[in-house]
Amino acid sequence: MQQQRFSNPVLFVKNRIKQASWTHWKRGIPLYVMILPGLLYFLIFRYLPMGGIIIAFQDFNPFSGHSGSEWVGLAQFERLFSDVDFWPLLKNTLLLSALNLFLFFPAPIALALAINEVRLRWFRKAVQTALYMPHFLSWVVVVGMTITLFATQDGTVNKLLASLGLNRIEVMTDPAYFRYVYVLQNIWKEAGWNAIIFLAALAAVNPALYEAGVMDGASRWQLIWHVTLPAIRSTIIVLFILRLGDVLDIGFEHIYLLQNSLNLQVSDVFDTYVYRTGVLQGEFSYTTAVGLFKSVVGLILIASSNYLFRKFGEEGVY
Amino acid sequence: MKALRYRGSDLLFVVCVYSFLLLSLLVVGLPFFYVITSSFTTEHEYLSRGFFLIPREWTIEAYGYLLHNRNFLQAFENSIMITFFGTLINIVLTSLMAYGLSKSWLKGRRLLNFMVLFSMIFAGGLIPTYLVTRELGLLNSYWALFLNSAIAPFNLIVMRSFFQAIPTELEEAAKIDGSSEYRIFVQIMLPLSLPALATFTLFYAVFNWNTYFYAILFLNNSSDWPLQVFLRQMLIESDQSMEADAGMFQYTPAVKMAAVLVSSAPLLVVYPFLQKYFNKGMLLGSVKG
Repeated sequence: MQQQRFSNPVLFVKNRIKQASWTHWKRGIPLYVMILPGLLYFLIFRYLPMGGIIIAFQDFNPFSGHSGSEWVGLAQFERLFSDVDFWPLLKNTLLLSALNLFLFFPAPIALALAINEVRLRWFRKAVQTALYMPHFLSWVVVVGMTITLFATQDGTVNKLLASLGLNRIEVMTDPAYFRYVYVLQNIWKEAGWNAIIFLAALAAVNPALYEAGVMDGASRWQLIWHVTLPAIRSTIIVLFILRLGDVLDIGFEHIYLLQNSLNLQVSDVFDTYVYRTGVLQGEFSYTTAVGLFKSVVGLILIASSNYLFRKFGEEGVY
Repeated sequence: MKALRYRGSDLLFVVCVYSFLLLSLLVVGLPFFYVITSSFTTEHEYLSRGFFLIPREWTIEAYGYLLHNRNFLQAFENSIMITFFGTLINIVLTSLMAYGLSKSWLKGRRLLNFMVLFSMIFAGGLIPTYLVTRELGLLNSYWALFLNSAIAPFNLIVMRSFFQAIPTELEEAAKIDGSSEYRIFVQIMLPLSLPALATFTLFYAVFNWNTYFYAILFLNNSSDWPLQVFLRQMLIESDQSMEADAGMFQYTPAVKMAAVLVSSAPLLVVYPFLQKYFNKGMLLGSVKG
């Protein structure tokens, strides 16, 4: 060793670096072993399907596989954009997500702001426990409960309306109600749960800001507007951007369960369309193209809103 | 004078806050209350009486019927299986990978982290996922459910931040005492992150217990179906096909509501005990990746 150092210093240093990086790798081996199962999951069940997107550019035939299927370029997309179903699908999807953004998104913020103002500890805890409850129900149960409660003949809501001398409402079958049922169920099920993250952000607000506000004679309304809301602004923006990325991804299960032949014209969205024509009717290539269109629009929305917020001096998601 | 006016507006403020929350409680609570009472109502009273919230006659017939319904019991058993093994796989894979990625000196960590993040904003979509699962021969097997939802990237990222927040001195001390990386993980890191483990076990269990879509997508045999698929047939399909298929069996409203309660009870009973964990745990690294 000693001799080598003096005879060829360059080689010595090179060897040492090699040795160091090898020990570095070696030190990581147990960790790589721990990562491996998860890595395999991501590769096989997340990234392999991304590779499977190529069938959107083919006329995929399950029997001849990827290599045997004919390449058709953008034909599937041309078919999508000229499909009579395309515009209704886009319209339904965008309308439902607009309702989500403007009605559902603010609901947990309002709840968190209200809960944050409660000084009675037991009441605060009781409210939180109760409002988290619906999150633990499945969509099947929530939709099923709605159907039973609002059944036209013997649902309790319609019995109440009838006893008050009002008209019965057909919530589940009249397409006019579908969008409101959708967004109200969303709020009922998840608003309390989604408030958690805002409550956590509120707990981190510096109390000195409130003290300063009180010294300046601010009312509690003014404190909310001038202290609390600005303090959690970045949390709100980050969650808003993330939600924008989901604009076309509006909860397949929920919509699928609400869907019936009577409300299909307003309830059919990209996800349910893909499931129906893809899985049930076997149009794999075409529906993969539909899915890809949806994913790409989501990606563009999330990236551009992130860019815009950064431009206006906010932090953004990444 | 001035101080008095402010006090008035603050009083109004408090009244508004409390009435808003009480109203929310009512909106969330009333349906639950009604589901409970109507599961104890006789069919005759349910159909003949007008609007009511509390029945005159109480009966546990619906629960008795449910506990003797073989399809319900089978579905319940399937759901327990899916939830137990699914959650076990979820938590083992997530905590192992999260721990590995929590080490900042690990080579290739940035690439792996990016891979996880990217999968949150872009996905292959339903059809390619379905085709991959089919190619692997996993259709009609619970492995299709377990493996397709083995790790939720969001949970992985939060858990990684949890491990990162544990002081490295503990690990170094253990290393000096000659512990291997595996031993450090099992004997030091896992016990220290019990709150996180409890929270994510609950989150994953909720997901697995409520799984519906993957079940109808991947499982064709009705004997394999979990509770949610059974419930859908009971609560939703039977309602829609009432006239179309007169021969189809109709469950009474009480049985439907009893099924809702029995199948939601396991989660509703457990979560209040874990609430203190997820109230805190969610914040850690949850907003920022």
